[in-house]
Amino acid sequence: MRITCPNCGERDRREFYVKGAALARPDVGAGLDEWHDHLHLRDNPASETKELWYHEMGCGAWIEVCRNTVSHEVVSTRLASGAELGGKR
Amino acid sequence: MRIAGKGLMQGAKPVTFSFNGRHMMGLEGDTLASALLANGVHLVGRSFKYHRPRGILTAGSEEPNALVTIGSGAQQDPNIRATQQEIFEGLEARSQNCWPSVDYDVQAVNDLAAPFFGAGFYYKTFMWPSAFWEKLYEPIIRKAAGLGALSRQADPDACEKAYAFCDLLVIGAGPAGLMAALVAGRAGADVILAEEDAHMGGRLLSEVEEVDGKPAADWIAQMLEELDNMDNVRLMTRTAVTGAYDQGTYGALERVGHHHSRRAGLPRECFWRIVAKRAVLAAGAIERPVAFANNDRPGIMTAGAVRSYLNRWGVAPGQNVTVFANNDQAHRTARDLVDAGVHVAMVIDSRHDAPDSNLYPVMKGAQVCSSSGRKRVESITVRSVAGEEKIQTDCLAMSGGWNPSLHLTCHLNGRPQWNRDIAGFVPAPGTVPGLTCAGACNGEFSTAGALREGAAAAVEALVELEIKQSEVTLPQAENDLYRVTALWAVPGKGRAWLDFQNDVTVKDVKQAATENFRSVEHMKRYTTQGMATDQGKNSNVAALAVLADATGRGIPETGTTTFRPPFAPVSIAAMGAGAAGQGCKPQRFLTSHRASREMRAEQIEVGLWYRASYFPKTGENTWRQSCDREIGLVRNHVGVCDVSTLGKIDIQGPDAAKLLDFVYTNTFSTLKQGKVCYGLMLREDGFVMDDGTTARLGENHYVMTTTTAAAGQVMAHLEFVRQALRPEWDVQITSVTEQWAQFAVAGPNSRDLLNGLLKEQIDDTSWPFMACGEVEVLGVQGRLFRISFSGELAYEIAIPARYGDALFRALIEQAKALGGGAYGMEALNVLRIEKGFLTHAELNGTVTAFDLGMQGMMSKKKDFIGKAMSTRPGLMDDGREQLVGLKPVGPVKQMTAGAHLFNPDDPVERIYDQGYVTSAGFSPTLGHSVALAFLKNGPDRIGDEVRLVDHMRGIDALCEVVDPVFFDPDGGRSRG
Repeated sequence: MRITCPNCGERDRREFYVKGAALARPDVGAGLDEWHDHLHLRDNPASETKELWYHEMGCGAWIEVCRNTVSHEVVSTRLASGAELGGKR
Repeated sequence: MRIAGKGLMQGAKPVTFSFNGRHMMGLEGDTLASALLANGVHLVGRSFKYHRPRGILTAGSEEPNALVTIGSGAQQDPNIRATQQEIFEGLEARSQNCWPSVDYDVQAVNDLAAPFFGAGFYYKTFMWPSAFWEKLYEPIIRKAAGLGALSRQADPDACEKAYAFCDLLVIGAGPAGLMAALVAGRAGADVILAEEDAHMGGRLLSEVEEVDGKPAADWIAQMLEELDNMDNVRLMTRTAVTGAYDQGTYGALERVGHHHSRRAGLPRECFWRIVAKRAVLAAGAIERPVAFANNDRPGIMTAGAVRSYLNRWGVAPGQNVTVFANNDQAHRTARDLVDAGVHVAMVIDSRHDAPDSNLYPVMKGAQVCSSSGRKRVESITVRSVAGEEKIQTDCLAMSGGWNPSLHLTCHLNGRPQWNRDIAGFVPAPGTVPGLTCAGACNGEFSTAGALREGAAAAVEALVELEIKQSEVTLPQAENDLYRVTALWAVPGKGRAWLDFQNDVTVKDVKQAATENFRSVEHMKRYTTQGMATDQGKNSNVAALAVLADATGRGIPETGTTTFRPPFAPVSIAAMGAGAAGQGCKPQRFLTSHRASREMRAEQIEVGLWYRASYFPKTGENTWRQSCDREIGLVRNHVGVCDVSTLGKIDIQGPDAAKLLDFVYTNTFSTLKQGKVCYGLMLREDGFVMDDGTTARLGENHYVMTTTTAAAGQVMAHLEFVRQALRPEWDVQITSVTEQWAQFAVAGPNSRDLLNGLLKEQIDDTSWPFMACGEVEVLGVQGRLFRISFSGELAYEIAIPARYGDALFRALIEQAKALGGGAYGMEALNVLRIEKGFLTHAELNGTVTAFDLGMQGMMSKKKDFIGKAMSTRPGLMDDGREQLVGLKPVGPVKQMTAGAHLFNPDDPVERIYDQGYVTSAGFSPTLGHSVALAFLKNGPDRIGDEVRLVDHMRGIDALCEVVDPVFFDPDGGRSRG
């Protein structure tokens, strides 16, 4: 599998570490149910899904990877900094 | 028998090799199979289950029978296909799965008991009594199972791995592959042409054909010369592409050193990962046998293999040959044999419309229904409308048609499609993105068609690659129509083999269907059809057809089993190349490593790091003696310890303080410059991730330390927070773990020691407890932190790593002068247990701040990672296991980490478990053992007794629950 790092270009999957689904952090003041959902409950889509990958053996960028779980196609990638994952404060 | 003037190896040098201890001659360029046939050897091995005599069935990597062991001792390679192994001077090959010899094999008795050994035999026989499984059945089955054996010695050979990138990967160098490579190569594309065989040319090497008006071999040579002269084309022989993976990644195994005697420095195999923008699969086709009774005798081969041995290697596998076919192509075998002067007794064709010949007799509409002969076929029985007749023969060339080698197109879950015209499966287009099939693997069996499709596939790739193509004209070549009428199994009594390698017969597949294993995947597993190392390359389609017939379905409805990588067997040694021994675990050495070694320090592995465990002095016989002495040095004088393995993260920027406030539970924005603070870090789920100290070196400059174990994890975490959660903050972080060497200097004399080395003297006022700042030492700018992991007056001094060795030596020299010296990990561990300080033994991923008694460190005034979830019900309950100290009651007894705790009156059973010990050691300072533990309601049970049980080490001891800070509880020593 190959992933395109926005900084480094297309690289072998083994340069990356996968964290899991790309989800925005709950807003400050969010209740425990919302946090529970954020941390523990996952969809299991048979389609395109967004994940967070870390270019651990490369530039150190956290990347949001849009990937099709059926075809394994990597549809798009962008730096996680642009993905608005921080939640409202 | 070698036929003079035949074959492509005219003028080849003779080569001596041995088979089962017998010395034989072959020619350079022979495979072991062709050399054995040239020497008249047909019996090569014994079959898996019935120990039937077996010979050579094919001439390629699909060979199921002729598996041999090459070499001996530690260097022996089992299960090598004789059809792929090239001979070289001194090659030693042996038959396997036979004892005492391939000629007289004791276990051949299995064959007589065959009625008991059918499909499902294991499942039905070894069910009861259940206690017999482990002690009796499994050991016997394990002994009987398998073919070749490993040497059971360490593998002295090396393998390699390598990476390659290209515009176009062409898999297979037959006419389609050569043409594809030529078209793409001429256009300037970066091309890799990978061929499993030692020579390029594919089937053309085995057929008597003309291409472009010249003998096929000459055309191949001309093609290879042109390709070889192109800088943008890489030709890789002996390289089997074994798997197709996502995004144009392919695995390939190159046999680098199997075809000659061992040479120093040369690997045996190389596993390639090839990334190709586009690929052409031109893997050809594999001929399938026909199932009839006793079709597994030595001397019965595929018709194409007979042509290969004759036309390529100049060897006639028999002198009185018969051919059994259901297609026109197989008749070439008879034609070529007759042309070479070999007698062809009969061509038996199952079709009534088979072509006639004036060169050899043809029986139409007839079938071979059995064979006889023990170690080699002697005769066959042919059935036709006229009845049955026996024909004497020493070699039967059979052909049930050809199966396209479409395996790679299924590796990404693609399903092949049934093609009635060729009675075989063809690849569905587009199943592997970027890969196009061409030639026989696409169901196009003529040479002209292969050339055409190869060129077309390359043109398609060039268009995708946006490379302009150059003119290529297709050469003239054989353009026969492929005519075949399906014939899978000849009806009749006796066992008719489908899967030769796993000894699966037509009867087994029918049995599976009878027992309702009707799905092809179930049938496969029940009978083990196609589950041997050849993965059913010869047999899967026929077995499927038999199953379809037995279940009254068509072949397309029955479906196929799934082809998975690898296409050909890949040794674990090749896949794991470079990772054997130390290769799987690189070593990280400290800057003090050499000095520690000189001081005879024992080393201990901490992750990948090697740290000094203790520094034995003359007369010290056990680690405990050294450890106790080193603890004394620190408590009474001064000790020096390398602590560089702790993670060090440099954090700079206007928002550095914000980042720290967010990742730590406590507040760092209010920390004064020149001060250090202990910090606790949670995961977002509220559990403790790590702890450490962070120093504020400047307004916008911090240096964080992490535990050794979590250095990488914390770095990734900080990067995640900075990049993904708070990208708007202006803060940069970088790991400086390896850039700074850092040494703990601990003990009452530590300040005196440092004052002997620092340019500017320090005292308690200029460097109070938890102060930090820059210092000059050995003429170099360093950093000094007044922090203590031992509870003593202590400092950590950091210096750029290239001066680490010099500073360590200077520190040790100074320490000795003050009655101190070096201390290692053992002493460090006891020192911190005495003080109740934490490591990842305690921060084990299941503990909360509350469990550590640190709930007060969780700021109420700000948000931080893990804050919300740390308030979950249950994470702050009194019933949780909380940190306490333990000391033995009564005579000194050992306490061990990992032991569990129980109330003294309770049974030692899991439901009564009260907690567990995380760290333990003997404190020479206190004169008894000390331990840290997590105990239910721990802080409320100070003074109580608990029972410590360690079944692993046979320890059962009463302990007293005490405060986790055993020594100097008010911390006066470190502040003073």
